Amino acid sequence: MKKVSIRKAYGQALADYGAENPDVAVVVADVSSSVQTKFFAERFPERFFNVGITEQAMVDVAVGLALGGMVPFANTFAVLFLRAAEQIRTCVAYAKTDVKIVGSYSGLSNFKDGPTHHVECDTAVMRSMPNMTVVEAADAVEVRKMVPVIAEHKGPVYLRISRTDAPLLFDESYEVKIGKGVVLRDGSDVALIASGVMVSRCLEAAEKLSKEGIEAYVVNMSTIKPLDVELVSKLARETGALVTAEDHSIIGGLGGAVAEALGERTPANLERIGIPDTFTETSLNYDELLDHYGMGVDDIVNAARRTAKRRDK
Amino acid sequence: MFIFIILNFNVRENNVTYHSERLIRELDEIAQNLRIDALEMIYRRKAGHPGGSLSAAEIITALIFHHLKIDPNKPDWEERDRFILSKGHACSLLYAALARRGFFPREELQTWGHIGSRLQGHPDRLKTPGIDMTTGMEGHGVAVGSGLCLAARIKNLKYDVYVLVGDGECQCGVLWEGAMIASKYRLSELTVIVDHNHVQLDGPVHEILPVDSLADKWRAFNFATFEIDGNNMREVLDALDMAKEIRSKPTAIIAHTTKGKGVSFMENKAAWHGRPPNDEEFAQAVSELKRRISKQ
Repeated sequence: MKKVSIRKAYGQALADYGAENPDVAVVVADVSSSVQTKFFAERFPERFFNVGITEQAMVDVAVGLALGGMVPFANTFAVLFLRAAEQIRTCVAYAKTDVKIVGSYSGLSNFKDGPTHHVECDTAVMRSMPNMTVVEAADAVEVRKMVPVIAEHKGPVYLRISRTDAPLLFDESYEVKIGKGVVLRDGSDVALIASGVMVSRCLEAAEKLSKEGIEAYVVNMSTIKPLDVELVSKLARETGALVTAEDHSIIGGLGGAVAEALGERTPANLERIGIPDTFTETSLNYDELLDHYGMGVDDIVNAARRTAKRRDK
Repeated sequence: MFIFIILNFNVRENNVTYHSERLIRELDEIAQNLRIDALEMIYRRKAGHPGGSLSAAEIITALIFHHLKIDPNKPDWEERDRFILSKGHACSLLYAALARRGFFPREELQTWGHIGSRLQGHPDRLKTPGIDMTTGMEGHGVAVGSGLCLAARIKNLKYDVYVLVGDGECQCGVLWEGAMIASKYRLSELTVIVDHNHVQLDGPVHEILPVDSLADKWRAFNFATFEIDGNNMREVLDALDMAKEIRSKPTAIIAHTTKGKGVSFMENKAAWHGRPPNDEEFAQAVSELKRRISKQ
């Protein structure tokens, strides 16, 4: 499968959308070339503000821009937004300002800088804030489609973007709808619910499972909040055996959200694939790192088998 | 009294409008009445922050009743001047000011802090007419105000942005991040007023974490900086006029004030940062403030 940079696609989409919408402004904290806001900067320097390593103030500046009628996108590494958690909570989420927080280099995707730059808990933090919408892109097409959708969605949004080049899963006909999971593969025995780069790994796992006679649904749950509870319940009723997969801690992210939904609505067997409750290590390669922490294709296959087995007991 | 100007250029005297004795008298009377309103609100609710509300009375009065381009009938007017009470703990006095200025009925002040009220414990931009930004968590105002100035430039809107911060608040790193950003973009539309009352929740600012010299700090951040007596109405009005004249960089007004100003037993006492007066204390405070009004 062809691999395309998600962050570059985001950067280009932001610049393209900037041409369409004169209210879009971009703030970034000294990582413009990394998170690819440079394309916007080149085309719209009057709406682009690089504020240096001031993540907290960057969020506040975005808040001010929103109060002045702009639609600001605030950009830095996802882990660095944790510094600005209170700003995001009070001035964005509570004050309900129209700020788009774009956390790049999500999960373990900044493999080579190591655990200081890995981020395991951003979705958990953002998801627990009232008024906040949380989305994650699985490939370059999806992130490109997400830019106008989140810009035109009134209110705070957290967009999670991987640093990696990810397999291209979607074509131009793909539509992004906030709050709706998309079934990419039909199944009957288990359901694999994933977000971000783990979606393609789940598709691979589903092929392997199929060879064993286990037919797995694969769902791209690109909106983690508000979660598509209807879809989760439907899959739980149909299969009784689910696996979540994300490049985020198994605590508080997609896995946490699905577990909450299952617990309250439709109890079913669940296995969570993600970063275990531990800090991680540096690596020379992203894929190896995911495998090392139990997020490999075979790990998903095994989790599917386990959850199906528990159901059949 | 005089204004101590620390600028690297001259401000011509004729740039500052002369404010009549009558205007000063009127505004001073409003400030004292707002002090009474604020204390009454805190007394009624048995919660709030008297010290930092009383110290800021002249500043808030000068802004809301004279200096700001605002219209109570159009609280969302796009080209209104913006006021961010970054030291949101002083909101009782701001609520009282907005009510007297006509943004909402004065009777509503009695609902402050009740479930369902438009007046939250700290300012909420979504609930209260006249509140431009949700505040109460220290440190945000300078950077938020900077963003508002940048938006005005992009959208070609004509408004100025005023941010009132506390001196304890000047211990927050994010405040100085915001100052650097305002300085980088030379946001002359931005005026920061520091309510330098020298006392914070746990004690004197110089004991908890010294911030001196505030004027030197703001100057180092390339703000046009001057120091005034922030409880002197004429000095406050003149300083705001001067800030408006400066069109090359943002301005910081270091307003030396007295925490708990106007109530003898509250002045300069950290204990009165966040405690409500009891019946006797309230009665004495009101009688002291009323005496001041009759003297004016």
